Amino acid sequence: MKILVGYKRVVDYNVRIQVKPDGTGVVTDGVKLSANPFDDIALEEALRLREKGVAEEVVVVGIGPADLTAHLRNGLAMGANRAIHVVTPEAVQPLTAARVFLKLVEKEQPGLVILGKQAIDDDANQTGQMLAALWGRPQGTFASKVEIANGNATVTREVDAGLEVIEAELPAVITTDLRLNEPRFIKLPDIMKAKSKPIDTIEFSTLGVEAHDQLKTTNYTAPAKRSKGVMVKDAAELVAVLKQKGLL
Amino acid sequence: MSKILVIAEHLDGKLNPSTARAVSAAVAIKPEAIDVLVLSDKVEPLAAETAKIQGVTRVLTIARAENAHPLAAVLAPQIAKAAQGYSHVFAPSTTFGKDVAPRVAALLGVAQVSDVMSVDNSHTFKRPIYAGNAIITVEADPLHAVVATIRTASWAAAVNGPQSAPIEALSLDVPLPTHTRFVELKQGKSDRPDLQSANKVVSGGRGVGSKENFEVIYKFADKIGAAVGASRAAVDAGYVPNELQVGQTGKIIAPELYMAIGISGAIQHLTGIKDAGTIVAINKDGEAPIFEVADIGLVGDLFKIIPELEQQLG
Repeated sequence: MKILVGYKRVVDYNVRIQVKPDGTGVVTDGVKLSANPFDDIALEEALRLREKGVAEEVVVVGIGPADLTAHLRNGLAMGANRAIHVVTPEAVQPLTAARVFLKLVEKEQPGLVILGKQAIDDDANQTGQMLAALWGRPQGTFASKVEIANGNATVTREVDAGLEVIEAELPAVITTDLRLNEPRFIKLPDIMKAKSKPIDTIEFSTLGVEAHDQLKTTNYTAPAKRSKGVMVKDAAELVAVLKQKGLL
Repeated sequence: MSKILVIAEHLDGKLNPSTARAVSAAVAIKPEAIDVLVLSDKVEPLAAETAKIQGVTRVLTIARAENAHPLAAVLAPQIAKAAQGYSHVFAPSTTFGKDVAPRVAALLGVAQVSDVMSVDNSHTFKRPIYAGNAIITVEADPLHAVVATIRTASWAAAVNGPQSAPIEALSLDVPLPTHTRFVELKQGKSDRPDLQSANKVVSGGRGVGSKENFEVIYKFADKIGAAVGASRAAVDAGYVPNELQVGQTGKIIAPELYMAIGISGAIQHLTGIKDAGTIVAINKDGEAPIFEVADIGLVGDLFKIIPELEQQLG
């Protein structure tokens, strides 16, 4: 079985995002970029399935500008067999990303596509579900446990009520939640090895995907700040303040 | 004029309050009609409950055995079919809505606006990105239907009105896939208030130290009638189950009182509580980032302070 993994590059999760004063975007110049944390988890899960003998090949997929290659090399260093880079001038919206993945799915015929449940930049949480819909296949979103046997994926999903278990026939789309696994660290020799692994470069325009993103972002603002609070000295004072506010 | 279809969320025969919150967002668009779609194997009690929500024009039901559990692959084709003729499809931005809405959007070939915080007009919305560290204004293409999930913490639930909206059963000819099957739902049994709709929430973090120590948090929450939440660190460490996680990837909540105990306050956690009325932080580290957003802060050992609080409350 082959596994396709979405591997998006985002602003590192430790960076404190600043909105540009003119409201045209957030500051990304000189800001550290990293793999979307959920995508690292997706790649780790695919690698573990390969190590268990469930899958033979793990392919990382990136959609974005020419300089995305270095990022995809990280995915290869982590252990993916090869990478596909769909070249677009800028980031695409989830529906377009899902349409790109569908084209790659048709070509690669994977048994599983594993994506992060959301990217921590746009926080959309859509691409996996959209791909599953376009492909007409099952989706196991927000997965915290995945077991593959007899052509089925048993997926434990983190839902608001607790843990939901579903069974999905393969091929299927899985999106990862935080507790699915802990991604491995990249070791130096693996970075060297990754240099000789193949990256297929595909121009977006050759895929035959409609390029029109339907949503237009017209303004960015910083969130409203909460006003500075007060410090109390002990439990008695805390209870008094909360009682005064009518909260206790 | 806009016509909005709201997808009802329910569990164990009860309507989730997130449904009435999504109705509030629909009301903000001032549409010609707000219809709520109930998909279940047993629709009657749910439909009757839904019909009372103020602002609802009609309740539409699809009763099928396949709808006994909320499987997105099964529900989405029915919702997409029912959505014909509507300008908007809204679902709450809960794990239910997040799972099913994008699948509906893709079937309709339209983009989705996730986590709508406010409505500027029928096709212009505000939503958070970067864990709420930036708010964007998004314009959807008026030539297409708008599929959106509604950030429940930003919207008060529409109240029940004196009237009851008419209920109509839909019979749609939609083939449903059998490739996805429900196995089980493991729910934490709790008599405590529901975390997502509680007026008061007491949350514990890594500072609580262990699963056993978390009893201190439960006991104090029970004392003041609060729901219990937790930081990601506490869930990762196995102190509490995943459904208690508050934050960017957990639950986004807006209680009147939020008490963060032994929580340092990573930005991913803060994004889940920024709409809370009053935030209280109790932490032994006076430099913890939680104090930057807290309305009331108390520096000290939680194992000393909580018993004192209980004593004060009598």
